[in-house]
Formats: sequence, C-alpha cells, structure tokens
Amino acid sequence: MRLITVAGPPSSGKTAVILHLVQAAQAEGVRAGVAKFDCISSDDGEIYRRAQIPVCTGLSGGLCPDHFFVANIEDCVAWGKREGFDLLVTESAGLCCRCSPHLRGITAVCVIDVLSGINTPKKIGPMLRLADIVVVTKGDIVSQAEREVFAFRVSRANPRAGIVMVNGLTGQGITNLMRYFREIPDMKSFEGSELRFAMPAALCSYCLGETRVGTTYQIGNVRHMEFPRKEGEEP
Amino acid sequence: MELANVRSLTITGGRNKYGRAEDQTLTCRAGDITCIVGPTGSGKSRFLADIESLAQGDTVTGRRVLINGSPVDPSVVRATGQKLVAQLSQQMNFIVDLSAEEFLMLHAESRISPDPDGIVRAILAAANDLSGEKFTGNVSVTQLSGGQSRALMIADTALLSPSPIVLIDEIENAGVDRRRALELLVQKEKITFIATHDPVLALMGSRRLWFRDGGIAGIIVPDENERESAAYVREIDEQWARWRETIRTGGLLHAGPDPDLHHTD
Repeated sequence: MRLITVAGPPSSGKTAVILHLVQAAQAEGVRAGVAKFDCISSDDGEIYRRAQIPVCTGLSGGLCPDHFFVANIEDCVAWGKREGFDLLVTESAGLCCRCSPHLRGITAVCVIDVLSGINTPKKIGPMLRLADIVVVTKGDIVSQAEREVFAFRVSRANPRAGIVMVNGLTGQGITNLMRYFREIPDMKSFEGSELRFAMPAALCSYCLGETRVGTTYQIGNVRHMEFPRKEGEEP
Repeated sequence: MELANVRSLTITGGRNKYGRAEDQTLTCRAGDITCIVGPTGSGKSRFLADIESLAQGDTVTGRRVLINGSPVDPSVVRATGQKLVAQLSQQMNFIVDLSAEEFLMLHAESRISPDPDGIVRAILAAANDLSGEKFTGNVSVTQLSGGQSRALMIADTALLSPSPIVLIDEIENAGVDRRRALELLVQKEKITFIATHDPVLALMGSRRLWFRDGGIAGIIVPDENERESAAYVREIDEQWARWRETIRTGGLLHAGPDPDLHHTD
C-alpha cells in the first residue's frame, strides 16, 4: 500500500483535489481510500461516500488536531491494509500555520490556494516547507502574474517540492499531479515511522481545561508577548 | 529544456468522447494565433488542458503534445509543465493589494529580471497603449477597471511571463484594444491559442479549430473572402467602440438605418 499525507489550510481545496486524484487513480485500477481528519465536524465523509470512495473520519474535538492525527495514523494504516487498498490518502486541515503532519519516507502533499495571498507561502511552516509536492489551487481566478509570483514564493519557501497547479472544480492539473503519484513507492513498513518535524508544543493549564484568564492560572508551557516600551519605562 | 527555445508545438490527434480517432495533426509556431471555436461541451477546454499539461497520451483524449517536433522527456514535462503555458481568461482578477507598479516590481523580481525598473515602465506603457482608459503605476491593481486590468494582464504576459505559449479564453470587447493585444503577443513570438466566438478575434487567427463531440472536427483556414471580411468586421468593431465612447462621455447616440440619423458628432 502507498500512503500519502495531504494537509493544508481550511478551505484550500484539499477534498476537491483528493477527489479528482483518487478518481484518476481509480481509473488506472488503483484501489484507494481516504482517512479524513477534522476538528469539530466534517461533511467530507459524505462527499467521499457519494463518490464511492471508502472513507473513515476522525474528529479531534477538543484536542490539538495534529496530535490527534499522529496518535491515530498507525490505526489508519492498519484500516487501509485491512481494506486491501493500494493507496491510502490522509486528509488533515492545517488549522494553525505550525501544523506539521508529514512523516519521513511518506509522500507529503500541501494544498494551498492562491487567494490566500502572496505572503502566505512564507507564513506556513513545516506543513509547506517539508512537503514533497505543493498543490496550488484556485489559480483560475487570479492573474497569470500572481500565479507566477505565488509559485516563485512557494519555491522559495520549499525549493525541493514539485509545484502543481490544480483547479479543484474542473480537475485541470490532475494529469500533472498523477505523474508524480505514479512514482510513489510502496510503503515498506510503518513501524519506526517518524514525523518530519516536531508538532506544535502545548502543555499548559489551558490544555487541561482551565478557562480562567490571568497569570495565577497559567501553569506549564506558557509564553508571554513583548510590547514596545517608551524609553526608560520599566518592564 | 529552455523555455526560450520553444519554437513550435505539435499536437497529434487523440480520440473524441465517442472514442473515434481524431485524425488531425497540428503544428503551431512562435507568433502563430490559433482560434478555438465550438459550442459548450464540444471539447475546447479539454484541448487547452491537454496543451497546458503537455499531454503525453496520458489524458482522457489520448492526445500528444510535441515541442520543436519531438516528444518531451517525462521529467521535463513535470518540471516545466507549469511554466510553459500562460493563461488569461475573463474570470481572472488581480487580488493582491498593491499598486500596479509595486506589483509589477514584485513580478519582475520573481523573474530575476536584470532591469526591473525598465521592464515595469515598458509594461505600464504597453498596458496603457491597449487600454481605452489610461492609468498610472500608483493605482492599486484591484481598483483597475475590467478593461484596464485585462490590458495590464496581457502586457505583463507578453513582456514578463517566461511562458512561450499563451492560452486565452475569450477577452470581452470592453475597454481593451484586442487587436493590438494580440499583435503584441505575436510580436513577442508567443504561440497563442484563443477560445473565442468573437468575429474580430476569430478572424485574427491564421486557423480555427472547430470542436465537436470532444474532438477537433475541422481546421478552418480563412479564404480570400474571409480575409476581406476581416476589414469590414473591424470597421464595425471600431464603430461600436466609438458608440461606446459617445455614451461614456455623455453624448447622444444617433445611429441607425435612417441615413439622416447616421452622422457622427
């Protein structure tokens, strides 16, 4: 079985891209399934089912979605193997720019849309910088010049990645994406897998359900902002 | 493969949506304009998509795209695929919150242009040349009118985009000199494809590909009569532009079959 992790900011077009991709793979005889990670609720399971793509959905609820992802990825792989998939695609939203669900040795895709603005490629952390393929969506509604500047900035943030423009509505660009996917090797063993980058850290009173505001209630991994001061002003 | 070395594009036929062979091979050279016509769903977008993805028999149509007469190496297809084709369509907008000049500078920097100031000035001049309404480099790109932004996109694509191939999906006849726009692309030796049913644009092409049922149903080459018609169509287009201008500048339009009404003032 081949495993691909797809991550990207909310509403960047991950589900649309995966739908087109899986359908293109199915047309080549590939048995594929999707593991969808979301937070509060997700309608995407239904979208995949309607397209007759096997899917399992995991909702992280009150937990950090990334931590939830990594705690469940092994079970996803086991599910995919039980189902006899040739290809398992995980979809998870990068809810903070520090999200980093990519695993070593597993093809990592980041989906990002040009409407998010030309500064976005440098604002997104390891999710984009450590991806193997960056899929850029919604290019059909911005100027050629903006597409070029955006692609340039993506390649500056991640010079290693292949950049593929995909129209999530029509599927235009999937041909090129498939050229990358055909070369993905089979996953040998999932044991001993490692994240490409540490997940965002959090271990403080708020992680444990604290709701009160104020330094008295802050315990653990807490960091405070710095503010500009007038000359001579005591911190 | 250097983008600048792309001198010709050859598209070999695939099959239409009923699986019938598309018995056409087409070669387009730098500076050629090829028009694409046919009803909705006839396969025009699919054809443009095949060019954009440098189809190597791996799309639903089975078409193949050759560059300079030769098949393209798969690794090159992947790496240059995105940069080979610049696209322009009616639904594209500028979304970046920058002035025209700032934005063009950014684009010039991303192209690692040796003379960014010079190229930015040239693009602004060319865009103003194409646009009915003049604008300066200080105006925000998101505030440009439809015609002005179209003019800027075309000038930028012609002068700064590295892509040797340009795909245009219709340009509306509003505030942009489409004939001069296409001339600029020809002058910059772009291989241009334009999906249009606008007679002015359609008659500028050296050929028209007529689509039906997902495939090329015919290649129409303008005859002597059509070339003569082009001048007449252009005249009407120019008249139309003058009428627009009359309305825009607060005038009264006196036009019609009645010769007494047919005067311009």
